[in-house]
Amino acid sequence: MSVSVRIPTILRTYTGGLSEVSAEGAVLSEVIADLERNHAGIAARVLDETGRLRRFVNVYVNDDDVRFEQGLETPTPDGAGVSIIPAVAGG
Amino acid sequence: MAVQSVESSTTPVALGPAAALSCRECGERFGLGPIFACAVCFGPLEVAYELPAGDPEALRRRIEAGPQNIWRYAPLLPVPADVADKPGLNPGFTKLVKADNLARELGVTGGLYVKDDSGNPTHSFKDRVVAIAVEAARAFGFTTLSCSSTGNLAGAVGAAAARAGFKSCVFIPHDLEAGKVVMAAVYGGDLVGIEGTYDDVNRFCSELIGDPLGEGWGFVNVNLRPYYGEGSKTLAYEICEQLGWRLPDQIVVPIASGSQLTKIDKGLKELIALGLVEDRPYKIFGAQAEGCSPVSRAFKDGHEVVRPVKPDTIAKSLAIGNPADGPYVLDIARRTGGAVEDVTDEEIVDAIRLLARTEGIFAETAGGVTVGVTRKLVESGLLDPSLTTVVLNTGDGLKTLDAVAAGPTVTIRPSLDAFRAAGL
Repeated sequence: MSVSVRIPTILRTYTGGLSEVSAEGAVLSEVIADLERNHAGIAARVLDETGRLRRFVNVYVNDDDVRFEQGLETPTPDGAGVSIIPAVAGG
Repeated sequence: MAVQSVESSTTPVALGPAAALSCRECGERFGLGPIFACAVCFGPLEVAYELPAGDPEALRRRIEAGPQNIWRYAPLLPVPADVADKPGLNPGFTKLVKADNLARELGVTGGLYVKDDSGNPTHSFKDRVVAIAVEAARAFGFTTLSCSSTGNLAGAVGAAAARAGFKSCVFIPHDLEAGKVVMAAVYGGDLVGIEGTYDDVNRFCSELIGDPLGEGWGFVNVNLRPYYGEGSKTLAYEICEQLGWRLPDQIVVPIASGSQLTKIDKGLKELIALGLVEDRPYKIFGAQAEGCSPVSRAFKDGHEVVRPVKPDTIAKSLAIGNPADGPYVLDIARRTGGAVEDVTDEEIVDAIRLLARTEGIFAETAGGVTVGVTRKLVESGLLDPSLTTVVLNTGDGLKTLDAVAAGPTVTIRPSLDAFRAAGL
């Protein structure tokens, strides 16, 4: 499964400045592992020491926040858009 | 490690006592710049200060001699020293109303006060945070001010941009209250309705910021967020000064993202550290609407993290289902001996009427949330009625007219007979 991953500004040092890269994987954890193979170091920014999504990272598969779906096991269908976004808020 | 460190930061800027940005999670420090997330762990960045040392009395006199707005606290804020001379809305120093009538209704005997921030230039506390963000935007050379907003912020940004000479383009959920939409649109900047909730708007803006479309834009609550948030400290400063340089015993704060509550705590701690108030215990309580109560839920369940929810409440200015500062709110409520509570939409409307009826203050729905939660906390015994308590009203009821169905008691012909017959 090939998906398109939007990279936030603070992670673009790992992608040579690219704001969007391709990755392979049937679920989110596989996509992150594939990102790590091609852009070493990026997984440790997104996941904590125990392998969970960091508290202040939001990840969306298409328009869905994966915390409302199946977390790292959220399916990433072929052609899906994955967005990694730092958590911010404030109305 | 491919991170931007304090040594390799952006060009130095003069923002008063602000020394650096520091990650709240891992402590990594970065130079002052338009960045908001830690490059190491994604944690939120906040301003670290070199605050004025020396005689607290001299600092107190300097503050008291300052302008009747937030700039009297400029020595404690990330703003240039001459900030009061620049074009801006100059918000703050709103009334701290001694609410004796409300106190009697609620059974509070230790002194109850309402910090009424509806008196700000665009009628909500957002003018405070935006004023600080404007100074950061000037320092970093931005020409357009922007934000994701539940309504109040959009109006505050539009107005501040107009006064300070910026362009503005603000983003809101498409289904906001009419009053807030008008307030956001009237200042002449662009207003974009997004088909989705606030959390969708927020996500959109976070993506826009990394795109060439958003180049040169200062998003007050995204890439200027570390500075913006500091504006809420001024609520703590003012409350203490207006109480005669004394800490309140208890303070009830609405929770949307949770930022305001955390910054009020930061402001109180700074006043203690500077010797401006006596160091004594205070409790901070958080208030949410039941239809968007992820922090209250986590508090009651004993959790340290907040599970996001899909908001469904009339308190739209608090309808943030994924509150970024939620974990910090939980820490503060537990550390200070406070609590987080929520009220139903019905209780919110009832509390708006209660505050209006007892004190002549017409609050927006967020004010109904804090007053309603205060009542609930007194009834449950979590809030001690014998202590000095401050309740925040963060916005004007004219913005959320639809929430309160109020109208004439009776409509009559213009005659004395008709009035007599009405039996009032």
